[in-house]
Amino acid sequence: MFIVETKDLTKKYGRITAVDGLNLRIEEGDIFGFLGPNGAGKTTTILMLLGLTEPTSGSAYVAGHNATREPLEVKSITGYIPEKVGFYEDLTAAQNLVYTARLNGLSDGLANKRAAEALDIVGLPRAAERNVSEFSRGMKQRLAVADILIKQPKIAIMDEPTSGIDPEGIVQVLDLIAKIAKETNMTIVMSSHQLYQVQRICNRVGILMDGRLVAEGLLEELSREAMGGVQFRIEIKLTEITQAIVEAIKQISGVLSVEQSPSGLTINCSEDLRPQIAKKIVDTGGLMVEMKIQSYALEDIYLKYFREG
Amino acid sequence: MRGLVAIFDKELADYLISWRGIILFAVALLVTVVAIYGPAGALVNIREQLGEPTQFGQTQFVFLNLFTTSGEGSYAFLFFITMFIVPIVGIVLGFDAINREKNSGTLSRLLSQPIYRDTVFNGKFLAGIVTMAIMLTSVVLLVAGLGMRSIGVPPSSEEALRLFLFLALTTLYGSFWLGLSMLFSVLFERVATSAMASIAIWIFFLLYTLTGFIPNAVANMRVPLSDTPATQELIRYATVQIAATRVSPIYLFQEAMYVLLAPGTRTATEYLQIYASGAEWQPGPLPLSQTMITIWPHLVTFVAIAAVFFGVSYYRFTREEIRST
Repeated sequence: MFIVETKDLTKKYGRITAVDGLNLRIEEGDIFGFLGPNGAGKTTTILMLLGLTEPTSGSAYVAGHNATREPLEVKSITGYIPEKVGFYEDLTAAQNLVYTARLNGLSDGLANKRAAEALDIVGLPRAAERNVSEFSRGMKQRLAVADILIKQPKIAIMDEPTSGIDPEGIVQVLDLIAKIAKETNMTIVMSSHQLYQVQRICNRVGILMDGRLVAEGLLEELSREAMGGVQFRIEIKLTEITQAIVEAIKQISGVLSVEQSPSGLTINCSEDLRPQIAKKIVDTGGLMVEMKIQSYALEDIYLKYFREG
Repeated sequence: MRGLVAIFDKELADYLISWRGIILFAVALLVTVVAIYGPAGALVNIREQLGEPTQFGQTQFVFLNLFTTSGEGSYAFLFFITMFIVPIVGIVLGFDAINREKNSGTLSRLLSQPIYRDTVFNGKFLAGIVTMAIMLTSVVLLVAGLGMRSIGVPPSSEEALRLFLFLALTTLYGSFWLGLSMLFSVLFERVATSAMASIAIWIFFLLYTLTGFIPNAVANMRVPLSDTPATQELIRYATVQIAATRVSPIYLFQEAMYVLLAPGTRTATEYLQIYASGAEWQPGPLPLSQTMITIWPHLVTFVAIAAVFFGVSYYRFTREEIRST
């Protein structure tokens, strides 16, 4: 069974269609990266999954519960970090968490215990008694992670969890999410328009463009599919380019194409063939000045979809 | 009602511990003391009354005079409470209830917990009512205590009962203002807008009640008086005028409370009937049951208006999209 499933989910605001017949499926235990540029409909989809807004048509299910008709069942197993997450500034971190715990029906004793544990996990044990107004953006984001841990959800939905924090904070938050996913086997849905972040921790991605899902699948699968098997691009500079060298490289198995340019050669291949290519060049009598490898990142796939629109 | 207790606890603590709560209490107490112990305060008048001969058993309600009598250069406690204190407290407690949480991004988090949206609204509303009840009770007890020391007359059991009813009904009146300002906090995104809207409505009705300009204009339009008006004409004129004045919730409540706390007074309609009948008698104090019957329509009107506020707030709030931006 899929933990998240949407059926022709559509949301219209007046004439604008924010989400257009979305059929999304997320399996239990996945770390799902929900990619798309600003305004692609990521947040709207998330709001519909949580019953925070009603779909115009279609339906969304979380763990088999209809998000519009049974929002309470959905919310009791779902942790949500909104894009601009806020806390009660005049309360301490621990008080904020205990409030969430009490809203989830936990007894006071259990609420205090879980709050302390959650703050430990996110690395804020010493900030427990400090007012949230003293927190940096990065600390608030980690507190938001603690806030969902406290209800021990089956699935966590995070809307741009890294927006507005510094690079070091981003790494901390991402590693924290990855660690939690690994330790608790929680399903995680994370939306982002930052590719490398999704790449860093997600195993599955869905790319949303103008309210439609344009690509969805495992990360490697997706890149193979999208780029026709090309995985790596190797750029080399030579003192002199001869036809013999080009022919020799073409014969290495795994090389898909060789492009020649005034400055050097660009080789597309399905695996990392640097040693073989270097050897071939030396064998053919060429002199290599520089060699660079670039793995096809999700970015290229993403940009490809971007351009095709 | 899952989560109601949690929300109620948090909001009540917010109201009572925050600067907002402390300032409200301070202002209410200050105004109370000024109203009672003003330079030419009500106490002087009441002491003078004590010496006057009893008429229609008036003296049995001497203690309640503390709340309804005004001194020279000051207003009666009841006037202060209904015109200023209760509306302001109700507005201050509610004007940012929902939109502040929306703006600070806590509402998204709150509503992603397994609770119904109306529970959030109800929890905040209940906390506001309890805060007002605590505040009004302490103010009334303070006035009663100071008054008792000064005039040396304890309240009779009926007076105590009337005071208790006054407290309960004033809390209802306060929840009317609380409901209004909370409605605006649902309707308007910005805290400043909802505050201004609530205050504008209060000032409008304040001036409406104090100046009587609009009721007079309405009456002039409906019943144009001739130069030498007949009694019947005057009565028709006054009837329209009273009805128009009662559009103001402030007047409506004040009238009911004067009847409750000063059992010798009547509603404007009844005074008009006495006048129309040509009788020359002064009305005596009403028993409590009759007082309640007299002010019952006023109270029903209040509950009805509050219900409308609630209905509109619920409708808007439960269907709204909660986006955290």
